[in-house]
Amino acid sequence: MSVKGFFNFSLPLAAGCHVAGRLWGTAFVFLFAFAAADAQILDALSNIGAEIGKQTGVLTPEQAESVKKAGGAVAKTFESITPEQEYYIGRTVGAVIINKYRACGNEEADHYLNVLGQALAQFSDRPETFGGYHFLFMDSDEINAFSAPGGLIFISRGMLQCCQNEDALAAVLAHEIGHVQRQHGLQAIKNSRLNAAFSILAAESAKQFGGQDLKDLTTAFEGSINDITATMMNSGYARSCEREADKAAVVIMQRAGYDPNGLIAMLLEMKKRLKPGGFDFAKTHPPPSSRIADITRAIGAYRPVSAPASRQTRFARVMEQIRP
Amino acid sequence: MKISRFLCVPAAWLGLLALSVWAAGPGGTMSVQVKNTALRASPAFIGKAIATLSYGDQVAVIESQGPWIKVGASGGLTGWAHTSALTPKRIVLQSGRETARTKASGDELALAGKGFNSDVEGEFRKQHRNIDFTWIDRMEKTRVSPGEMQSFLKAGGITPGKGGAQ
Repeated sequence: MSVKGFFNFSLPLAAGCHVAGRLWGTAFVFLFAFAAADAQILDALSNIGAEIGKQTGVLTPEQAESVKKAGGAVAKTFESITPEQEYYIGRTVGAVIINKYRACGNEEADHYLNVLGQALAQFSDRPETFGGYHFLFMDSDEINAFSAPGGLIFISRGMLQCCQNEDALAAVLAHEIGHVQRQHGLQAIKNSRLNAAFSILAAESAKQFGGQDLKDLTTAFEGSINDITATMMNSGYARSCEREADKAAVVIMQRAGYDPNGLIAMLLEMKKRLKPGGFDFAKTHPPPSSRIADITRAIGAYRPVSAPASRQTRFARVMEQIRP
Repeated sequence: MKISRFLCVPAAWLGLLALSVWAAGPGGTMSVQVKNTALRASPAFIGKAIATLSYGDQVAVIESQGPWIKVGASGGLTGWAHTSALTPKRIVLQSGRETARTKASGDELALAGKGFNSDVEGEFRKQHRNIDFTWIDRMEKTRVSPGEMQSFLKAGGITPGKGGAQ
């Protein structure tokens, strides 16, 4: 099932234009918002639009003031998405992922994954997100892992098979936490979607939330979800993002007390298991050998992980529970 | 264009963290930007939780230590909260016309419940009834206590290093 199969959406530009048609004072701002990129210009246009609206009686003085205040938001990018909005985006991205891959549904193994993952998240630069970090095993032999914005993280059975110890699994989780920390998912959203959403919000601040606004906002939301899932499942993040996530993983592991060599151990195993042309990490990530080269530059030559028996025993139990 | 956006983010994120503390500064105020966060007795996740702060709660900044900020909360409570749980923006829980009466600018406010919210998710779900959120709701119910995390690390022979968000 392709991601595209989920959606059949119209261009958010149309949504933005609909709003503009109903509130012409703000239309002045929004039409230019799609064409211009400079934040200062947009702020100025926002003020002008609000003034026109006020002078022509389309907006009350209070409404015009509100539009002025919110107008700056039209020029914003993914960085303007609040943690609360990121949370709702992440929930739906997560739902799309888990509807495609299905959950393993082993309560004990999932709890182990959450204890490990949430402990690791505490050592990241972003330990707190709106809804917190949560983890789940996916019932798939594909070598895959996904992190939805806000901290919903999914690990496939195939990915777990690439891990020979808890440190290697910790590396996979820390890498995904790195993506959340750097907001790589949100960066995949096209600016046109955000422009549409923030335009609606700017108008919305001057009046009560209307039914059409909700529909338009949902269209922008739907497009945003599609942008993120298509990037995660089909094209993959930019190489620089993967490098950032690996770098973050090493830092998180070192802070937590895990051996960062676990990341290299996992990649060495992944290298053996990945099939060229596959629809998993082979398609969406840089080759393991290239990632290993980057990581060894940071932590030195690879040394096999040595874990105490207690750590290995609990990990082996999970491997048994999630076995195909 | 896309590459330059990606390159900007690490610096922007770190800058934002630093700026948020700097902007609020001692004597300033910050708002809780996550659903819930613990107010801790010491600047560490292992620090005892003395209260729970909720989304939109405003706190007074007393001092900062690394990524932790000592704050004063309602009821005269003081404790430590992590930077990632706070924002220098004032979070306005009310919606609609309420925003027109404040003197704050759009850049200084974060409007709770605005934009992509539960209503939007609800509308999306109406249009995509084939997408099931059951597992997402179940994931979010997973709770791991700080004590359980500590025991887990200890049982695995893991000794946290220094630095970071401890």
